[in-house]
Amino acid sequence: MSRPNIFEDNLPTRQKTASVWQLIFLSATVVGIIFLSTLLINILNSSFGYVALEARVPPETLAVNGVPLEELPKEELVRLLQEHLSSGAFNKLENEKPFEKRSRSEVYDLVISRIVKYKVVESWNLFESLFRADEIRARVAEEFPEAELRFMSWLTVDTIRRPQSSEALLAGMRTAILGSLWTIVITIIVAFPLGVSAAIYLEEYAQDNWINRLIRTNINNLAGVPSIIYGMLGLAIFVRSLEKLTSGAVFGLVDPTTANGRTILSAALTLALLILPLIIINAQEAIRAVPQSLRRASLGLGATKWQTVWWHVLPNALPGILTGTILAVSRAIGETAPLVVVGASTAITFDPTSPFSKFTTLPIQIYQWTARPQGEWRHLAAAAIIVLLTLLLTLNATAILLRNRFTKRF
Amino acid sequence: MNANNDQYVLQTRNLSVYYGDFKAVTDVNINIPRNKITAIIGPSGCGKSTLLRAFNRMNELVPGSRVEGEVLFNGQNLYAKDVDPVEVRHRIGMVFQKPNPFPKSIYENVAWGARIHGYRGNMDELVERCLVQAALWDEVKDILHRSGLALSGGQQQRLCIARAIAVQPEVILMDEPASALDPIATLKIEELMQELKKSYTIVIVTHNMQQAARVSDYTAMMMLVDEHSRSGTVIEFDETHKIFTRPSDKRTEDYVTGRFG
Ligand SMILES: Nc1ncnc2c1ncn2[C@@H]1O[C@H](COP(=O)(O)OP(=O)(O)OP(=O)(O)O)[C@@H](O)[C@H]1O
Ligand SMILES: [Mg+2]
Repeated sequence: MSRPNIFEDNLPTRQKTASVWQLIFLSATVVGIIFLSTLLINILNSSFGYVALEARVPPETLAVNGVPLEELPKEELVRLLQEHLSSGAFNKLENEKPFEKRSRSEVYDLVISRIVKYKVVESWNLFESLFRADEIRARVAEEFPEAELRFMSWLTVDTIRRPQSSEALLAGMRTAILGSLWTIVITIIVAFPLGVSAAIYLEEYAQDNWINRLIRTNINNLAGVPSIIYGMLGLAIFVRSLEKLTSGAVFGLVDPTTANGRTILSAALTLALLILPLIIINAQEAIRAVPQSLRRASLGLGATKWQTVWWHVLPNALPGILTGTILAVSRAIGETAPLVVVGASTAITFDPTSPFSKFTTLPIQIYQWTARPQGEWRHLAAAAIIVLLTLLLTLNATAILLRNRFTKRF
Repeated sequence: MNANNDQYVLQTRNLSVYYGDFKAVTDVNINIPRNKITAIIGPSGCGKSTLLRAFNRMNELVPGSRVEGEVLFNGQNLYAKDVDPVEVRHRIGMVFQKPNPFPKSIYENVAWGARIHGYRGNMDELVERCLVQAALWDEVKDILHRSGLALSGGQQQRLCIARAIAVQPEVILMDEPASALDPIATLKIEELMQELKKSYTIVIVTHNMQQAARVSDYTAMMMLVDEHSRSGTVIEFDETHKIFTRPSDKRTEDYVTGRFG
């Protein structure tokens, strides 16, 4: 029973190669996970920790008739402001928003920010605060005897709810969060239908001639253009050329606070332009993946092209289209550079109320905060990053839920 | 329209079909009689599917394809300028080689075509009638809302036939409808065709000589024009029993007796 062996006996070598590759893939995954965890830990580390605060006017001294500052009624707080501020500064506040219209907590915040004026003299990260608390305490007692040491979470309901401010302790992200939401919603409203329609045209209707091939190639190239270029384009088109439209002037909405064309609408249109190629490419891919036999079945019954697309191609491509759109929108949410070029405002304290409002967005805010020299802003930026990540996660989760709903139940 | 024309649903006049510069089918002249089953047989690559698709303008879905000559449907040229291919495909339905039900419920598979054409009658009745005609009703009447893709291959093919007849075509074109099926499912489809020819004209492409001999009334024998070309044509068209017993072309005789090639 001896047959000539025409194969070399290489099974052990092959198995060894296989396990080496497996190890390489595993290491790649581990490295990725390590990077991600480092990022997350770093962010969390900066979001909590001790701060040493010094007050210009200690709050104890502001008690009125034994009632501590925290419990004073609004009228008393307003009186305190009148007492401690110059009349010019007080009137300016009154002009911005009359005191009757301000809530007690707003006035309280004013007292803290204008009179007490806490200053962060030193701040620590979470790990330092946890493991070197005694050292920190000793140091504060020695170097800043006046200071009050507090463990602080930079991410609180308050930091999310408060508008932007020039004081780290009073600054919040509301303006930026609302700005981001407004921008992204308009971006989706503009880019999704446009992108999907273009993809339908290119895949289902366009003939295979050189013009269409040129268009297709260029869309692919556009997806790779640096986002700052889109910012410059947006500045030229939406902010400058279409200023009448983007500032709301054509609708008779001349908001005195709008900075000409530097509005949410301009930002959203710029981002829409930016993600349009991505949406088109992904939607094209999804449409192409719908089996040809389905189209033939439908057309063979005497359905029109449109009926075929609407009833068979789109429903089957929708999960893929949604996945692509999620990716594109996630990118838009995180964009900073083009919005800086288009003219995001950095220090606006009032909420955006319409597409024609001035705007700032979370990434812009984060960028601004991390760029400041004082350490406390970095903590705030870290908190804002957590909010941004949560926003992204929520968006993705919603989209995945949507996708699963639409995914063919058959 | 004279009586002679009335007898034929489809007539081709010097029909040639091109894919770009390549002439896949050359000069076909056949008359397909009403309420009969016509089989198209011939070796692989001789243009059977191409010819079949030319009958309801499905070949137009291939970019670069075109036809020369005429296909007369009840005396009217399907390729005339004012003819809408959508309407053509409504009147001349098609069943494909690979079963391709929609990823929808069995009910929807049948109802959808009728609905887009604006069917005004009772949809439940129509669905039942078509499934009965396609000999599928008994197997699916309790699972109408299950996916059409959850059926077996043979059931899927019958579902596709039910779907095709739901839009009430005059002609049903079938491209090797049983090639993916086992003998029992094949037999079911063949019986079904005998039933269907009472109301429809059927044109079927098949590789199976016995099948052609069993089910069809007429047979078109296709062959490459000559050894040097890749273009096919109909070399003989006649009643099936003649093709299989006394063919007038030597090549036909060789092919049907298995001596071909
Ligand atoms: N979409 C197409 N584009 C270009 N050429 C095609 C196309 N479809 C078919 N052909 C060519 O046309 C000729 C006839 O093809 P067709 O599919 O009609 O043959 P057939 O007789 O149906 O073969 P089979 O029995 O294998 O199904 C072949 O030479 C084939 O290569
Ligand atoms: Mg074929």
